[in-house]
Amino acid sequence: MSSLTTLEPPLPQGEMPPQPERHRVAGGLLDPRQMLTSLPAAARKLDPRVMVRNPVMFVVEVGSVLTTLEAVRTPSVFAWVITAWLWLTVLFANLSEAVAEGRGKAQAETLRRTRTDTVARRLADWRPGAGDLREEEVPASGLRLGDHVVVQAGQIIPGDGDVVEGVASVDESAITGESAPVIRESGGDRSAVTGGTKVLSDRIVVRITSKPGETFIDRMIALVEGAARQRTPNEIALNILLASLTIVFLLAVVTLQPFAIYAGAEQSIVILVALVVALIPTTIGALLSAIGIAGMDRLVQRNVLAMSGRAVEAAGDVTTLLLDKTGTITLGNRQAAEFLPVEGVAVARLADAAQLSSLADETPEGRSIVVLAKERYGLRARAEGELGHAEFVPFTAQTRMSGVDLAEDGRHRLLRKGAATAVMQWIREHGGHPTAEVGPMVDAIASSGGTPLVVGEVVEGAAGGATASVLGVINLKDVVKAGMRERFDELRRMGIRTVMITGDNPMTAKAIADEAGVDDFLAEATPEDKMALIKKEQAGGKLVAMTGDGTNDAPALAQADVGVAMNTGTSAAKEAGNMVDLDSNPTKLIEIVEIGKQLLITRGALTTFSIANDVAKYFAIIPAMFAGVYPGLRHLNIMGLHSPTSAITSAIVFNALIIVALIPLALRGVRYKPSSAAKLLSRNIWVYGLGGLLLPFVGIKLIDLVVQFIPGLK
Amino acid sequence: MNDTLAGWLQIIALLGVLALSYRPLGDYMARVLTSPRHLRVERVLYRLGGVDGDADQRWPVYLRSLLAFSLLSVLFLYGLQRLQNHLLLAIGMKAVSPGVAFNTAASFVTNTNWQSYSGESTMGHLVQMAGLAVQNFVSAAVGIAVVAALIRGFTRRHTDRVGNFWVDLTRIVLRVLLPIAFIFAIVLVAGGAVQNFHGVQSISTILGDHQSLTGGPVASQEAIKELGTNGGGFYNANSAHPFENPNAFTNFVEIYLLLVIAVSLPRTFGTMVGDRRQGYAIIAVMGLIWAASVAVITVNELHSVHSAAGHAAGGMLEGKEQRFGVWSSALFATSTTLTSTGAVNSFHDSFSPLGGGMTIFNMMLGEIAPGGTGSGLYGILILAVIAVFVAGLMVGRTPEYLGKKLGGREMKFASLYILTTPAVVLVGAGLAMALPGERAGMLNSGPHGFSEVLYAFTSAANNNGSAFAGLSVNTNWYNTALGLAMLIGRFLPMVFVLALAGSLARQQPVPATAGTLPTHRPQFVGLLTAVIVIVVGLTYFPALALGPLAEGLH
Repeated sequence: MSSLTTLEPPLPQGEMPPQPERHRVAGGLLDPRQMLTSLPAAARKLDPRVMVRNPVMFVVEVGSVLTTLEAVRTPSVFAWVITAWLWLTVLFANLSEAVAEGRGKAQAETLRRTRTDTVARRLADWRPGAGDLREEEVPASGLRLGDHVVVQAGQIIPGDGDVVEGVASVDESAITGESAPVIRESGGDRSAVTGGTKVLSDRIVVRITSKPGETFIDRMIALVEGAARQRTPNEIALNILLASLTIVFLLAVVTLQPFAIYAGAEQSIVILVALVVALIPTTIGALLSAIGIAGMDRLVQRNVLAMSGRAVEAAGDVTTLLLDKTGTITLGNRQAAEFLPVEGVAVARLADAAQLSSLADETPEGRSIVVLAKERYGLRARAEGELGHAEFVPFTAQTRMSGVDLAEDGRHRLLRKGAATAVMQWIREHGGHPTAEVGPMVDAIASSGGTPLVVGEVVEGAAGGATASVLGVINLKDVVKAGMRERFDELRRMGIRTVMITGDNPMTAKAIADEAGVDDFLAEATPEDKMALIKKEQAGGKLVAMTGDGTNDAPALAQADVGVAMNTGTSAAKEAGNMVDLDSNPTKLIEIVEIGKQLLITRGALTTFSIANDVAKYFAIIPAMFAGVYPGLRHLNIMGLHSPTSAITSAIVFNALIIVALIPLALRGVRYKPSSAAKLLSRNIWVYGLGGLLLPFVGIKLIDLVVQFIPGLK
Repeated sequence: MNDTLAGWLQIIALLGVLALSYRPLGDYMARVLTSPRHLRVERVLYRLGGVDGDADQRWPVYLRSLLAFSLLSVLFLYGLQRLQNHLLLAIGMKAVSPGVAFNTAASFVTNTNWQSYSGESTMGHLVQMAGLAVQNFVSAAVGIAVVAALIRGFTRRHTDRVGNFWVDLTRIVLRVLLPIAFIFAIVLVAGGAVQNFHGVQSISTILGDHQSLTGGPVASQEAIKELGTNGGGFYNANSAHPFENPNAFTNFVEIYLLLVIAVSLPRTFGTMVGDRRQGYAIIAVMGLIWAASVAVITVNELHSVHSAAGHAAGGMLEGKEQRFGVWSSALFATSTTLTSTGAVNSFHDSFSPLGGGMTIFNMMLGEIAPGGTGSGLYGILILAVIAVFVAGLMVGRTPEYLGKKLGGREMKFASLYILTTPAVVLVGAGLAMALPGERAGMLNSGPHGFSEVLYAFTSAANNNGSAFAGLSVNTNWYNTALGLAMLIGRFLPMVFVLALAGSLARQQPVPATAGTLPTHRPQFVGLLTAVIVIVVGLTYFPALALGPLAEGLH
């Protein structure tokens, strides 16, 4: 993080990953082939021991068995048609789950291929600085916690761990899909390596931090396959509601038989089962687990690994987002924003001097000065040869300046640019004196949140004697990423408060916070401050999400309700968080929140839809059952269905087909546009509540138009 | 003044006086339920009962106190009836038979007040006053106590205490029910209701017949009968009896009384949770359902009276009192079945099929518009929890109501609550229809006969107590089955409500943000109304189709 008055060498930082496309619909459309290939898996799930975990669909399966027996005992076209469609209903439910799981399986396969049986070179008794250690070859699966292994160029890292010695470039494409190699080095926040990734250059010693079978890749495989899937709190609560609705409808139908017998219209088992299946919330019951799996999958497709479904749900509940300033809100580095000349100096001259003195400055700040001069004043960056005799002075952390010494017409022209104190000191050493206006200019920039860099010039005449003067000041500013203000506005509409965390002083922090439009900021933040802030928010009942990568972030990551660790971070951070972002893009936190919300909305919307569907089904089935004895009930047949048998069949067919029709929606998630709760609710009630009420009237009628031609159905 | 104008004026006047009562009574009850101060008489009572009035109870203790109190009440009431011939003021009545005594004890303790007996020929004055009238007070207070505990669940945080049952019970009886009942007993006496200690008097009518008229402390019991949404009449004819409800004025007062506490409780709720808009939302839902029901019943009854069949029958109002006419009968019928009162001033069996069906549907809604004293509010709050859960998911957050999260535990109790009453109604009616002997108790055949059975179990399980009439329920089977239905329908849901209260009280509330589902807007009012009607409608549609709908659709 930059500080106010010194220009420090930038950290060796990779390029910021490109901003992910907004609202990228993950998963895309459902491939019909995927349905076919998932069929065997769906059929295997018909095992009652598996089905019983889903109470709603288990009831349908039991019903299917009953109607099958009944159809065998007293065969009729109607009984067999209903039986077939009941079995299809169960199969479709399993299919949705199988398709959702199938997507993860393909991904797991690729991962598994990287987990070959690596041979590890274990070092006995490694200590820092020790040379000539005994090496032994062991299979990667035989490594224990705390073992040290050496890995050289071309070898696969045998397990998760931290680099304790050396620097190497590592190809992590196996897990991130990113082909550019990354640097891993001992110490600091870039020491974590992942088992299964490949060292491309150099040699490192790695201390193993995971047990065999519990490595990052193992966990990833389990996650994407859905093997480690546990029901989330909301899913459990919803299941309870669905189970109780199922019981209510079971009771309503079971007790209907004595009423029907009294009315002189005893009903067959087939019809009673059909009524139960039509009423119980099969649509949501069938799709519930697919929705959960697909939610995790959507995260995986965005290269985020959630360690549990619970974390994804918690993301939807988040009310406070803690965002690190650097890399999340602002671009990683400060950039030159303007040139401010002192009186009597043309701005073009200042820009020229600034550019020349920055040519040898390879830091991003230095480069940004060159670029600004070029863009704003048309000054082309000149190569070394063009300047005649020029001696470049590169930037160092000691001098805190960079510059160039030019020999022009026998005169020496020395240009320096750097931290204000350093350059002013340099001017004084050359007998110059910065004018009185420089001090206030520097202070003004500092107080507005920028970093002032002073440009100085010393001209040494051929006859000796020199004039030294300050030409002006460069304002280096944090550049807020494009579109951040809009995103924070969106978050505010969703009821989420954003807090910017920065090591800057309060003045600088406030300036950037205002520019970015965050709700609050925490300046001069230490890890302890961060922790205290999280605890304070949580004590008020809020749920906090944050990102982090350093070891000192680990306690806060663990304390936060949603802690997203960057994949480039230390293994301590990755252990502490409940999600890992493989792209190490902190801005993704916002998307994670949206995915969490979308997951819950999809469940709620389909539950509403499922229950609303029942109204139309009653209007189809009840007159079919009883209009014979109570002709008045014919008025309830408002769809004008052809016959009692065709009416019941149509309701059941609709009930089965709607599951298939909604599989893509369950996998993709319902459309989510960030807005206030009241607006979201209105939209979803209209679409899924009212839609769920009306759609089946149309659907059942259309199916009836076809079904009535089945020979022998009457 | 014609009937229509009078009918409208009556409805408007009723809404007016209820609106006037909403704030003062609601806020007063909130003070009663939250004040740290005890009255002197209360302190004496606590000392006598060995109760620490300042110690709050955990929900299981609250529940145990409530159940123990109710069990004692049942036993006491049963014993009193069985032994009444040995006690004072028996006015010549015999000991009540075991079946009726059990049924009546269960009925009055559960605030149902289902009566399988005729008051004037079964119960002496002591049973009426020391038994039934006392239960009229305390059973109503128990309902309010439970909802008080539930509201505390919403307002409290990090605690396992939901209040003190004995304190709630005592305060509600002494500070709320007794004073109001006392005033309105006098109003009713002034209006012409009977209040004396006379025994049975034999009178010769103009035609020379003999008629036995029983006097008694009627007005005093009448006031609490309505105020506490009890509904158990002193006389068999209930509020259709001229000694209980002599004229249009007393009729109006009685309708007002049976609604006023339940209507004001949402205000108590809003005040206690510190957001009165929440109370307005709840009363709006109650009002919508009540208004719709009044409209359906009034229109159907007017239609049937003015129909050809009605005129053929001499423009008669079968089952309705000439004194009250269609409008007042429909208004009373709606209000009594949408509260847990069950008092009647007309006989629902004689209503048009759809009008009578609506009275059944009113009870099936769980009596939540506005419902029984306390039970109406906790009933609608549970339905609100269900509605908030589904709607909350649709806004992408773990659902929360008034800042309390609705997780698996909360949904378990809410789900069990909405499961209990339909289970009792449907299983009870199913059994009755499956047993040939019990089916024979129906007066009518066809769908109307079925409606009579359905009505009986709906009324019992929802603790309403009104009867469709027509069904002979004074048999051992019905006395026992309906008695059990009342007990299960009353106390099992209370278990779940108190458990929910305990679970809510423990939570740290979540602060409201723009992402929180607002539960005070018209949007939520509409949503909750729809959830109530659809969930209840789906549960009972097949049964209703074979009863009122089969009869009413042509």
